[in-house]
Amino acid sequence: MTTHTAGASTRHPGLNLGEPHEEAHSANEELVFGFWVFMMSDFIIFGLLFATYVTMLGGTAGGPGPSDLLEMKGAFIETMLLLASSFTFGMASLSLKYHQGTAKLIGWLVVTLLLGLGFIAHELKDFHTMFSEGGYPSRSGYLSAFFSLVPLHGLHVAGACLWMLAIFGQMAVHGIDTQVKTGLTRLAILWHFLDIVWIVIFSLVYLGGLT
Amino acid sequence: MRAHESNAQDTQTLDQNTDQNTQAQKRGHDDEDLARERQREFRSYGWGLFLSLVLTLIPFGVAAFVPLPSIAHWIIIGECAVVQIIVHFRFFLHISFSRNTREDLQLILFTVLIITILAGGTLWILFDLYYRMMPGMAP
Repeated sequence: MTTHTAGASTRHPGLNLGEPHEEAHSANEELVFGFWVFMMSDFIIFGLLFATYVTMLGGTAGGPGPSDLLEMKGAFIETMLLLASSFTFGMASLSLKYHQGTAKLIGWLVVTLLLGLGFIAHELKDFHTMFSEGGYPSRSGYLSAFFSLVPLHGLHVAGACLWMLAIFGQMAVHGIDTQVKTGLTRLAILWHFLDIVWIVIFSLVYLGGLT
Repeated sequence: MRAHESNAQDTQTLDQNTDQNTQAQKRGHDDEDLARERQREFRSYGWGLFLSLVLTLIPFGVAAFVPLPSIAHWIIIGECAVVQIIVHFRFFLHISFSRNTREDLQLILFTVLIITILAGGTLWILFDLYYRMMPGMAP
């Protein structure tokens, strides 16, 4: 999509708010660049945790391995929840950009938040099942690697949900001002980024471990 | 004198009118542009969702229902994941090859380079170590 219309120049990753939000749009240029650098450093952390996970695949120490503990159904439901939330956050960004009303913006954000919370709840349920089957972090090197990788992603999602609640608070006090707009732009990037990390998790950890 | 003044005023109002007209026209164009951009961006998210769904359903479906040797599974899963990551970057994060976002793409590529060196190096060294010293650890 390189053909941007006049005036709506692309200044940063994620959805650019463009000229109708000139103040937020120009503030975003620096803020989002900084945030993008942070996201990339986060990518490196996850990349190394993935590498650690792969090197520990054989280190089950006689305990349960991936095929004993992981379930495809749970991973599929979580994948769908996160993908749907990524799309609904996109819709929220569009309603912010095109002034489609506060109700619509908050509606999409609430749907996104609920999908995110649903993801966390489902993941916790999965971990609970794993614990009851003897798959707890101190059992083996493999499980330590698993529980430093997958719950770290879950923590990120929980952090993103908290951040969204904080933005709701900002909206309630200040309305949709520049701060809220730039915050939402960065949160959108974090949210889409977390979905990308999840693609690698479900492919490598779940599908790779189950086939 | 008065007539002259009023005449001048008339021209001024006329000028203002034409100004307003062109402004209204410009705003109209902007609105059209904006509506078109909204359509385009909405479609972009729609495409992102559709392609991601397909690229999620293929690996899950293959892993769950199609009996194949493991290595074939891993190739399909890996390829779908890589394509889906590109789809997410392109349609959800709006990273493109356009000139003014080149730095962001370069940052991604640099990050990929760092991950390749660190993660690839880790895998290489540790699996070499397993092969030589702890054959039981190789999965």
